[in-house]
Amino acid sequence: MLHLIVFLPLFGFLIAGLFGKQIGDKASEYVTTGFLIIAALLSWINFTGFWLGGAETFTVPVSTWISVGNFTADWAFKVDTLTAVMLIVVNTVSALVHVYSIGYMSHDPHRPRFFAYLSLFTFAMLMLVTSNNLIQMFFGWEGVGLASYLLIGFWFKKPSANAAAIKAFVVNRVGDFGFALGIFGVFVMFDSVSFDVIFANAASFVDDGSAAQSRIVLDFLGYELARDSALTIICLLLFMGAMGKSAQFLLHTWLPDAMEGPTPVSALIHAATMVTAGVFLVARMSPLFELSHTAMTVVTLFGATTAFFAATVGLVQNDIKRVIAYSTCSQLGYMFAALGVGAYGAGIFHLFTHAFFKALLFLGAGAVIHAVSDEQDMRKMGGLRTHIPRTYWMMVIGTVALTGLGIPGTIIGTAGFFSKDAIIESLYVGQNAFAGYAFWMTVIAALFTSFYSWRLIFMTFHGKPRASADVMSHVHESPNVMLVPLYVLAAGALLAGLVFHSQFIGSHHEVGQLDPHYLDFWKEALFLGPDNRILETFHSVPALVKWAPFIMMALGFATAYWFYIRSPELPVELARQHNGLYKFLLNKWYFDELYDVIFVRPAKWLGHFLWKQGDGRMIDGLGPDGISARVLDVTRNVVKLQSGYLYHYAFAMLIGAAVLVTYMMFPGVR
Amino acid sequence: MTDLPILSIVTFLPLVGALITFLIWEDSEVARRNVRYVALFTTIVTFLVSLSIWFRFDNSRSDFQLVEKMDWISQGGISYHLGVDGISMLFVILTTFLMPFCILASWESVEKRIREYMIAFLILETLMIGVFCALDIVLFYVFFEAGLIPMFLIIGVWGGVRRVYASLKFFLYTLLGSVLMLLAIMAMYWQAGTTDIPTLMTYSFPAGMQTWLWLAFFASFAVKMPMWPVHTWLPDAHVEAPTAGSVILAAILLKMGGYGFLRFSLPMFPLASADMQNFVFALSIIAIIYTSLVALMQEDIKKLIAYSSVAHMGYVTMGIFTANAQGIQGGIFQMLAHGLVSGALFLCVGVVYDRMHTRQIDAYGGLVNNMPKYAVAFLIFTMANVGLPGTAGFVGEFLTLLGAFQANTWVALLATTGVVLSAAYALWLYRRVVFGTLDKEALKSILDLNTREKWLLYPLIILVIYFGVHPSPVFDVTQASVDNLITNYQAAIDGAVQAAQAASN
Repeated sequence: MLHLIVFLPLFGFLIAGLFGKQIGDKASEYVTTGFLIIAALLSWINFTGFWLGGAETFTVPVSTWISVGNFTADWAFKVDTLTAVMLIVVNTVSALVHVYSIGYMSHDPHRPRFFAYLSLFTFAMLMLVTSNNLIQMFFGWEGVGLASYLLIGFWFKKPSANAAAIKAFVVNRVGDFGFALGIFGVFVMFDSVSFDVIFANAASFVDDGSAAQSRIVLDFLGYELARDSALTIICLLLFMGAMGKSAQFLLHTWLPDAMEGPTPVSALIHAATMVTAGVFLVARMSPLFELSHTAMTVVTLFGATTAFFAATVGLVQNDIKRVIAYSTCSQLGYMFAALGVGAYGAGIFHLFTHAFFKALLFLGAGAVIHAVSDEQDMRKMGGLRTHIPRTYWMMVIGTVALTGLGIPGTIIGTAGFFSKDAIIESLYVGQNAFAGYAFWMTVIAALFTSFYSWRLIFMTFHGKPRASADVMSHVHESPNVMLVPLYVLAAGALLAGLVFHSQFIGSHHEVGQLDPHYLDFWKEALFLGPDNRILETFHSVPALVKWAPFIMMALGFATAYWFYIRSPELPVELARQHNGLYKFLLNKWYFDELYDVIFVRPAKWLGHFLWKQGDGRMIDGLGPDGISARVLDVTRNVVKLQSGYLYHYAFAMLIGAAVLVTYMMFPGVR
Repeated sequence: MTDLPILSIVTFLPLVGALITFLIWEDSEVARRNVRYVALFTTIVTFLVSLSIWFRFDNSRSDFQLVEKMDWISQGGISYHLGVDGISMLFVILTTFLMPFCILASWESVEKRIREYMIAFLILETLMIGVFCALDIVLFYVFFEAGLIPMFLIIGVWGGVRRVYASLKFFLYTLLGSVLMLLAIMAMYWQAGTTDIPTLMTYSFPAGMQTWLWLAFFASFAVKMPMWPVHTWLPDAHVEAPTAGSVILAAILLKMGGYGFLRFSLPMFPLASADMQNFVFALSIIAIIYTSLVALMQEDIKKLIAYSSVAHMGYVTMGIFTANAQGIQGGIFQMLAHGLVSGALFLCVGVVYDRMHTRQIDAYGGLVNNMPKYAVAFLIFTMANVGLPGTAGFVGEFLTLLGAFQANTWVALLATTGVVLSAAYALWLYRRVVFGTLDKEALKSILDLNTREKWLLYPLIILVIYFGVHPSPVFDVTQASVDNLITNYQAAIDGAVQAAQAASN
């Protein structure tokens, strides 16, 4: 069954990719979509085993990939609860996006290619989440990067799309630079890249009480590291990979630009699945991260900073997709912040629920864009509520799920209510140095989230239409092939929290005891260190903490309502008064400009300098050109140039060989 | 063994083809066609015969196999001695495999002096195979140096506008290296009394002498490789060479340097190699970072790929001198993979060059609109060049970096920056050539791959992906010989350390 889940998308890719022209657009769509639906159903069957208990972790070996000396990397699938969760996330969203794309891309001339890429992406993502070792994970990791590159640049005639595609790939490579070094470090310390071996040895690695603990195990850049600091370095390197893929602060710049791709791509890759690979990586490596307090603290710091930073930028963006993109970036920050304090269950739960409502928002945004003739600027929308009511309500459901509507203290609420509140509460009780900082950052970000989400709804659907009469006359509701995926996702956005929360994060239980539902569900898939009490304690936080996200959400809604419904002139006035701040946010804290100045231009300048001055003037000038200039002076009058070199060369070789042979034939000379 | 001298047959089969070609005196359309077919037929047969080397090769043995030995110049003890081990065998196969592609690539693009052109290529093939099979250092030297003459002619006669300059540069660099190597060979003979490679591999040269010999060989191999700072001949040679010349240059000739390090430097001068390890690391890192940055700014497609080759060879030298299993096997794999990938990339350039007769990046753009098949092939090779997992380019790069990390983390850290830079220059090139709108007037009627070009590129796509997903056939061959090499290398160094301790006591 697992083979089918993983390889069906690959077959879909091969069929649509190789024979798309022959079998036609329709057949390509149906084949890839059909395969994905089967894979999704099988994933749910697989997940049910883990959900209802009973299913055990299993490994499916496929073949050996690289085996050199003591280094071995296999092609093999490892399925535990974490993988089972990722399988349903990936395959469900992917299947729905495939279906949706049949409608969304119906006017595109390159549909087989599009569907092939979508399936290729899905295959790579599945290889990533099912891997039983770091190398296969890296294969999936770079594979999704390739698919992302191809899909962002799908409309290859647009220069902006091409630039965004390259940016995404290269920035991700910066993260992969760290990931690769982290893998090397893991291999040096554990003599293996297989998860089973690493995890089996990890627990006793740092704290085995023996003298070996203080022995130097890694010489990193001249620092001689004992086991605990070596482990910290490795975790930080791995986290660098996670930061690139999950667009965390400093390596986030590619994600907003990635919105140049078709909207279903944004929903699948840049919201629900690929960008969560970093979260998956940290959760998967929890047996290592749990051993390094420093690394965990760094994870919290970056997660919280991203949550806040991206939310501030999201406040002022005018492109509907960019608002949601920054929202994604911010929500990923939440997940990392939770992982950093050891609340893996909460982080993965947010990953799970976020996949539903963020895919819903993106696909809804796609339906809006579709309706208003490919316009993405919210300033040119407005008043669409009555024209496309179904899309409107789906977007509202996505928004209430994202902002986390629910009644604190009860189990009545949307998906985001469960997962986001769990994160904020965990951060409140979290033990590391940045947990308090992260708590405040995420609470403030919750306010911003609510504001920008409702701002999006109000600007797009309420008020007077700002689009031209021509555009407005064409506004139409999307076909069912696009709406049905929205309904399914909306159901997930509303119910996923309610249905799954006791398994993912456990419910309130005796102090000092974990919810058995939680333990039965995750088993050893998420590792908790002996000192990690977060999941027992976070349920019993002060009432004000429990209510904090709710208050923020209400406040954000009220502000957005006031700004965009009651007195729409107010935000304009505010932006004028605080022009500096507004520009700073609008230009995304000037990160692109900054990176251009400190990385891109110097690299180009240096490349040019090394080429013209280094190669040209120094090496060639002193070497061959200098010498040849002298040689030319001599030979110019003697022989014709062209034949001269060859003649010389042959002659020199002949003389050389002759001298050698002569020398050897007369032993007497020796 | 009493059966056929298979290595000699493979080595000299192309020469037979060259002789037949030579006998086609006429200069008519029919004759030219015959010349092409004779060359193609010869190279294909040579490849098929060479496959039997692989079949008869025993993976479990680390010594030389299929050995042939005859007296050549008896007074000097110089013999005609051929044999292959796990390190050299696959290079023979790579050479014979790529030759038919070179002939096919020249099918239409070479018009003048086709007969001489084919003869040059066939002779070149013999000499290249000879380099990898030779087990006598004089024989090696003869093949190694003589191989430059046909290459020299190919660039000089069938090359581009600045072919004179390029061949001059080629000449100056290689002359420097080969003179020093010749001196070193003489010194070795004087010291050890033999020119037999297997014997020399077991001979321990005095530590002081090793350094000098190592440097002399290094001069020759570093130029071939090419390593920074003696790499500047390569971009010019590539730019001026005809497509098939570039393919051979990048795929095979560059590998002779790496092969030389593995055949001579490490096993014969282990102490010097250990001493010089950091020196080689430094040059490799500079090569990776420096040439990647330079590649970023190139305006000529071939030059860009040439600089990228230098960077990739940086991984190879780095991997070889880590002297651990991952580093060396990764280095060998990287050489083989680069042979396929860079060869394919030059073929890709050849495809558009044949149509447009320019290599300027600016002259292209939007090719995907008219050439979707070409775009896919070029994309796959670009990704392999970038080292995407699942392609052959990844395995070698990853293993050499893993080897380097075990030897020195600074080296690994700096060399890994290459993965970022390679993505930048390769994707930017691809974007400028293939993506965008097709609005240049001259490109409007450009045609997609024809049947001949599909035959050139598709088999390479299959191999690049096959060896990316399943590299074991290569490692099975190299494992035993590389282990043996490392064991001997380590023993030599341990011995020296013990001797030094004994001396100090």
